Amino acid sequence: MTLDRDLMQTIIKRYPRSRSAIMPLLHYVQSVSGYVTNDGIETISELLEIETAEVSAVATFYTQYKRKPVGEYHVGVCTNTLCAVMGGDAIFAALKDHLGVENDGVTADGKVSLEHIECNAACDYAPVVMANWEFYDNQTVESAKALVDGARAGNPPAPTRGPNRLVTYKEASAVLAGLDDGLAREGVQAGEATLLGLKLSKEGK
Amino acid sequence: MSKLTPVLSAHWDQPDSFTIEAYTRNGGYTASKKALAMDPDAVIQMVKDSGLRGRGGAGFPTGMKWGFIPQGDDKDHYLVVNADESEPGTCKDTPLLMANPHVLIEGCIIACHAIRAKHAFIYIRGEVTHVVRRVNAAIADAYKAGHLGNGIELTLHIGAGAYICGEETALLDSLEGFRGQPRLRPPFPAIAGLYARPTVVNNVESISAVPAIINNGAEWYQSMGTEKSKGATLYSLSGHVNNPGQFEAPLGITLREILELAGGIRNGHKLKFWTPGGSSTPLFTDEHLDTPLDYEGVAAAGSMLGTKALQIFDETTCVVRAVLRWTEFYKHESCGKCTPCREGTWWLVQILRDLENGTGTEADLEKLLDLCDNIMGRSFCALGDGATSPITSSIKYFRDEYIAHVTNGACPFDPVKSTLFAGAVN
Repeated sequence: MTLDRDLMQTIIKRYPRSRSAIMPLLHYVQSVSGYVTNDGIETISELLEIETAEVSAVATFYTQYKRKPVGEYHVGVCTNTLCAVMGGDAIFAALKDHLGVENDGVTADGKVSLEHIECNAACDYAPVVMANWEFYDNQTVESAKALVDGARAGNPPAPTRGPNRLVTYKEASAVLAGLDDGLAREGVQAGEATLLGLKLSKEGK
Repeated sequence: MSKLTPVLSAHWDQPDSFTIEAYTRNGGYTASKKALAMDPDAVIQMVKDSGLRGRGGAGFPTGMKWGFIPQGDDKDHYLVVNADESEPGTCKDTPLLMANPHVLIEGCIIACHAIRAKHAFIYIRGEVTHVVRRVNAAIADAYKAGHLGNGIELTLHIGAGAYICGEETALLDSLEGFRGQPRLRPPFPAIAGLYARPTVVNNVESISAVPAIINNGAEWYQSMGTEKSKGATLYSLSGHVNNPGQFEAPLGITLREILELAGGIRNGHKLKFWTPGGSSTPLFTDEHLDTPLDYEGVAAAGSMLGTKALQIFDETTCVVRAVLRWTEFYKHESCGKCTPCREGTWWLVQILRDLENGTGTEADLEKLLDLCDNIMGRSFCALGDGATSPITSSIKYFRDEYIAHVTNGACPFDPVKSTLFAGAVN
């Protein structure tokens, strides 16, 4: 796939100053190539009229930009304190063993990559696993294994709070570039924990 | 009568709550209509009178922040919403945006009118694909309905995994297309923010609180909360409790009251330590169950209300392990700009690793405290300060537990017992 320069120009036009578009453009490059390629950096540098070193400086600062290919399904296990204590450490260890990869590793078939991640703002659903940055809430070792097994077989389970199917890493990256994939209306509006306070107040508690 | 006061969360249980149809059906976009007919200064005054304070952690009065924007200066003004929710334990803005993105959009319209801004940005973290979809779709629907585009533009900007971008000046650098690193202040964003123009940076929950204030009045908002901490807010309860979740309550509720609602600490266990407002706020223990969770009450007890992220840990949890993990987080997320934070967090991790695995010494505790003293207050932003909070507070309350690691030559805890799948005792 090649980069669509016209589409990249529409991303640039969202901003009063072109350089602000560097982050969505990097997400866009990942949506085409699966990671930030040298070609992607050069194209962004040309479009924004800045040095390639300036684009690289940004690309290497943010952990979501990958300088080598990740899996079609990029799995992140939260191992920040709360999730780690509640089971995230056990899940991460089990997935490393199950997949035969280390942190930041990719399975030989290119299907799944694994990363330990920091707090993903879903602590009331701990332990949390993200796949292509979609929520898999209240995970166990077994459910996380089922997730990666499904991903390797090409039929991953749907996210807990997300669309009806798990999109690929490239497809998710397009969403993060601000492009509409038409799935916003799919999935629940809220999970059980989100609604707990409201439910209790309606019960007069 | 319920102790809870759902306002922001009032309609989250409607399956289509995130759509413009549901928002409008529930009375949405009436406040912006009302506010746009008001003098901008009157809107600022109303927000000032409501007593609303920043819900992103610092608690700065929102109306006062708006009032700092110079008027009649012929410059572009900007509103930037901080939706980079990343503070460990904090999980309120993300479900809010998933369930009701339109309340934030309406808040943006009102805030833009008040500060005379024509362009607003929402800076959302990049690790929440579905929330990005929901917010983006909501913005598109608000344009189609004519709420946006008639003098107020709104752009969604998506981050890429950097905790530091939750710091407002790092966020602005990131939004301008640079590495997210904090700026020296002054000048403050109100004078030279985005593109060196007067800019208000507010948290999602702060801006989302505004439509209800406009519709119901400052007095209504004032009627909730405590003397200096007005209104209701989202408390996020997580960890070793029977029922974790979001609780929207007046400021000043206590952890004891919230735990009662949540069915208590998981069965057969007892509270050991907790954070009142994320990992950057000094730890509390069971001594603080009755501390009023408002800005003043938490500060008087030696911590900070922060983001009201109540992370609960029971007696199975090793505090050294917990603190080490948070410290590794701060080391990883330190942007590298200021030496005390960049180098200091690295050394904190080395020492804590030794202590956690039982190869540390008692003298390491003094070294940790000395390092913290040399990090605290010595950098451009508060990331380094936050890194010291769990360390100094845990040594204050659990020095014996650190010493036990030294004496044992190993961690005395079994991590399996802390997991959710180890289950409750009975």
